Amino acid sequence: MASSLRELRERRRSVSTTKKITRAMELIAASRIIKAQQAARSAMPYTRALTHAVSALATHARVDHPLLEDRQPARRSAMLLITGDRGLAGAYSTNVIKAAEQLHATLVKEEGQECVQYITGTKGVSYFDFRQRHVEQSWTGFSDAPLYSNAKDISDVLIERFLRPFEEGGVDQIHVVSTRFVSMLTQQAVAVRLLPLVVEDSEEAPVNGEVIPFYTFEPNAAMVLDQLLPMYVANRIYTALLQSSASELASRQRAMKSATDNAQDLIERLTREANQARQAEITQEISEIVGGAAALSESAGNE
Amino acid sequence: MDRPPLKVEVVAADRQVWAGDVVTVIARTTEGDIGILPGHEPLMAALIPCVVDIITSDGRSETLAVDGGFISVAQNHVWILSQKAIMGEEVTLDLAYREMAELRSLGDKENLTGEQTHHMNILDAQIRAGEKVQNEQPA
Repeated sequence: MASSLRELRERRRSVSTTKKITRAMELIAASRIIKAQQAARSAMPYTRALTHAVSALATHARVDHPLLEDRQPARRSAMLLITGDRGLAGAYSTNVIKAAEQLHATLVKEEGQECVQYITGTKGVSYFDFRQRHVEQSWTGFSDAPLYSNAKDISDVLIERFLRPFEEGGVDQIHVVSTRFVSMLTQQAVAVRLLPLVVEDSEEAPVNGEVIPFYTFEPNAAMVLDQLLPMYVANRIYTALLQSSASELASRQRAMKSATDNAQDLIERLTREANQARQAEITQEISEIVGGAAALSESAGNE
Repeated sequence: MDRPPLKVEVVAADRQVWAGDVVTVIARTTEGDIGILPGHEPLMAALIPCVVDIITSDGRSETLAVDGGFISVAQNHVWILSQKAIMGEEVTLDLAYREMAELRSLGDKENLTGEQTHHMNILDAQIRAGEKVQNEQPA
């Protein structure tokens, strides 16, 4: 009985240490999320202007550009998978990897394409390493706070691969699997096609009753497009990285919050059990004493 | 000038660098320098790494360095989009000089890769923007 009391107390102590850690991680994630959201917000003007320019360009000048060319049927695809660098973020990495596996299955089994993997984040890399699947290139170390230069590196590699002829290992399509930050509570793993670009005709223009102005292009539309599209691609990747990092942090905060709550429940249960054990011990001691005294007085009376 | 001032926004990939009302913007496109005054026709042009000079409607002058990108003018609104844009005040001249010297030591222009040349052009723009701001300050 005494040993179990000690065990209970020991367990309670270790659980409360765990609770301190998870609580700290929860608070850290909560404070970083604000930063991540700020980063996403300050990237917004650029995204908006760029999207506007690209759609203006696409509506006006019907120009062909290698990055817009849809090669049918697609024979080989590249997939960029954006995962986190660290665990303890609930199902964040698992969800996005699952979405990637689904896309992989669709591409390979249904469309009969080859699939080339590009990965960011240690979690994705170790998943593929463990299954001994080939990863073309991976980037790690910035899932918490991605910089534009990270996105630029990735997009340079992907664009180069896309523009390379098929025979030399080029790809016909590029997909990005990332996590979309819907709200603090909801994050969604999504797979989108990055290249060839699908440029939607501007949907925003009718809002103000304005017509998209008739731009003059200097030196010409093709050159401007040439400058614009790589920026657009890099920006799309940057946005995906930012959203994913915000999602990772939100996911971690939630996971750590429930871990803290569970630890608290466990501590309460263990405290109750320990109290019970202590009480039982005391009761037993008393009954032993009473029993002993009774036995003594009984034996004294008999003599 | 009876026209309303231009609204200018200089946007880098991760932040808005500068925004305000402006009477003149001068930037360098692939075809050469271009000056934009209020009422300019809609235009979209590709930029090369250069110094962008801005004269605001209250008469101040701003200098920025951009690393290419493009400029779009429409309805009295100017967007300058560049992956990296930096205000003249923010340029750390020492660092820029040092990197420039490193690149120069690598050899002549012919020996450099396209990326290095591009980097050199960016540094050049940054140095010019930085120096301009520095020269203006004591005056």
